[in-house]
Amino acid sequence: MELKEKLISSFLAFENHVDLDAYIHDVRSEAIKIFEDKGFPSKKEEAWKYTSLNSILKHNYCVFPKKENTIEYNDVKKYFIHDIDSYKIVFIDGIYSSHLSQTTHEGMDICLMSAALTKPKYRLVIENYFNKAATKDGITSLNTAFSNEGAYIHIPKNKLVEKPIQILHFSTGNEAAMMLQPRNLIIVEENSHVQIIERHKSLTNNPVLTNSVTEVFAKKRAIIDYYKVQNDNENASLIDNTFFNQRQESHCSTHTFSFGGKLTRNNLNFYQHGERIDSTLKGITIIGDKQHVDHNTLVHHIEPNCESHQDYKGIFGEHSTGVFNGKVIVEKEAQKTNAFQANNNVLISDKATINTKPQLEIFADDVKCSHGCTIGQLDDNALFYLRSRGIPEKEANALLMYAFSNNVLNSVKIPELKKRINTLIANKLGVNVGFNL
Amino acid sequence: MLQIKNLHASVDDKSILRGINLEVKAGEVHAIMGPNGSGKSTLASVIAGKEDYEVTQGEILLEGQDIDELAAEERAHKGVFLSFQYPVEIPGVSVTNFIKTAINENRKAKGLKEMPANEMLKLIREKADLLEIDRKFLSRSLNEGFSGGEKKRNEIFQLAMLEPKLAILDETDSGLDIDALRIVANGVNKLKNKDNAVIVITHYQRLLDYIVPDFVHVLHNGRIVKSGTKALAHELEAKGYDWIKDEVNA
Repeated sequence: MELKEKLISSFLAFENHVDLDAYIHDVRSEAIKIFEDKGFPSKKEEAWKYTSLNSILKHNYCVFPKKENTIEYNDVKKYFIHDIDSYKIVFIDGIYSSHLSQTTHEGMDICLMSAALTKPKYRLVIENYFNKAATKDGITSLNTAFSNEGAYIHIPKNKLVEKPIQILHFSTGNEAAMMLQPRNLIIVEENSHVQIIERHKSLTNNPVLTNSVTEVFAKKRAIIDYYKVQNDNENASLIDNTFFNQRQESHCSTHTFSFGGKLTRNNLNFYQHGERIDSTLKGITIIGDKQHVDHNTLVHHIEPNCESHQDYKGIFGEHSTGVFNGKVIVEKEAQKTNAFQANNNVLISDKATINTKPQLEIFADDVKCSHGCTIGQLDDNALFYLRSRGIPEKEANALLMYAFSNNVLNSVKIPELKKRINTLIANKLGVNVGFNL
Repeated sequence: MLQIKNLHASVDDKSILRGINLEVKAGEVHAIMGPNGSGKSTLASVIAGKEDYEVTQGEILLEGQDIDELAAEERAHKGVFLSFQYPVEIPGVSVTNFIKTAINENRKAKGLKEMPANEMLKLIREKADLLEIDRKFLSRSLNEGFSGGEKKRNEIFQLAMLEPKLAILDETDSGLDIDALRIVANGVNKLKNKDNAVIVITHYQRLLDYIVPDFVHVLHNGRIVKSGTKALAHELEAKGYDWIKDEVNA
């Protein structure tokens, strides 16, 4: 049976055994219809022109987590930012792991989606926010239809959340092939500030497909820094669909570090509903082998006096392929918009490919919009300069690649995370130098 | 220290050096002068190991060892240093981190452990003071947005940090005002001792008032056509290069 059919027939069984509010039932039923109608995206669609899902849809995925699996903390400690105090919401094969997690209900909710979807006290919030930012395309609707578990974060007004929140998904490989569909809802009320780190990690080489949806609501003057660490195994693929709904004067930033996995598609969407909003989208992609990373971004400028900054760096080796498709829409009302987009790529192999496509749709006449994309190689003169100072070729190459991605790394606000990313980059480049740029 | 014997080198099949012979002993300062396009910078790059150049004949011996097959970094580990005419801008790498990496990679090549952080800091401060470099300057991105003078001062700062056996200064005086020139030259002179050697490549005699050479060589069409003492530099300053060309052609 094809994955699509399998999912649709599984849906009925799924709906029957979960105890849910009628509202969620309706949202799900509607969503499965959309998925039935639209299915998985194909290369015929403009937004998926350079990314084919065929190779990852062919597995016979287990679509429901069967039973609870456990992992010892020491075996996975290295995937946590463990040297700082933090909240943790951890899932193993899609099921919440209480012994690895540290949640809270004290003055704010940092807890589980399953609780929010079933407990009456969350009902109003769910009705107001759930599935309100997400688009109704096939792949997002598929997640909506199966949405059951994930992180639920609701920060009240005037709250500085001092510890970062880590959302971690582990897959054990106990199933021959596993499909996961986490669903996160994050609401940050006025004047509040929160930092979130999200990571998906499979612990074996069994195929894993994660289709994740995250909805983020940033209220007036809220500040949200979101970090996505994507450094998964060779048979793990991720389709990440993230939607930021921003209100007046809110500042939201994302940093996406894509260093591994078979296929990674980031659908990252920002909607600016208010004035003086700031949206920042940054990313570093360093891949090799036959890996594929696709960044598909959208910034929708709807109201005046807002800013957006996009800065994506990519380093592609061996047979890897990269895609950057950055769409910026500036509505007629969105005067004095300042939108900046940069995508710089270095190809370090003759066989690597990058497709980069800025897409600007500007309907306002008093705006500042700039975009630039570059594709190149490392500078031979710079390389000789470093080598002439005694830095060996491999290390000199690595240093130049660090330098190239440095301004993305620089804006990471959690020092321990920055250190960790530094190490990941050094490992990725196969060098052992303590760059601390 | 350095012996160059009948060195021929070309780039893209274009022959640039056509039989250079030069011997530099420890403790000596040699100046190489010559008109534009005579091959001065090529000679510097070939000694430092730039891969764009192909040595077609002859040899370069460093302390008796042929270094032709060595990579640029291996030559650096053996004590060759080139101060670039046009130092490369590397945004995203600070002067400090660059020099730390360079020092430690050189130590690694010699089988030494990394230099302890406090020792490194002390050394950096000491050498920065020698070249009258502002501390703030050290945290800036390497050469990015530096003025011509700052770039050259930064080159000599690296020289001071790495303490090479053989320093080649390629047009270090270009782009320097008189104060910067004095600081740079003063730095080089303080680092000079009986165990190391300096090759100063320059178009003008100006720098040689500060870094006084033991020998002056004139390069023309890829060959050293005349060698002498400091007096030769003055003569060139007064008369230009044409008389040398005439002499060669005669």
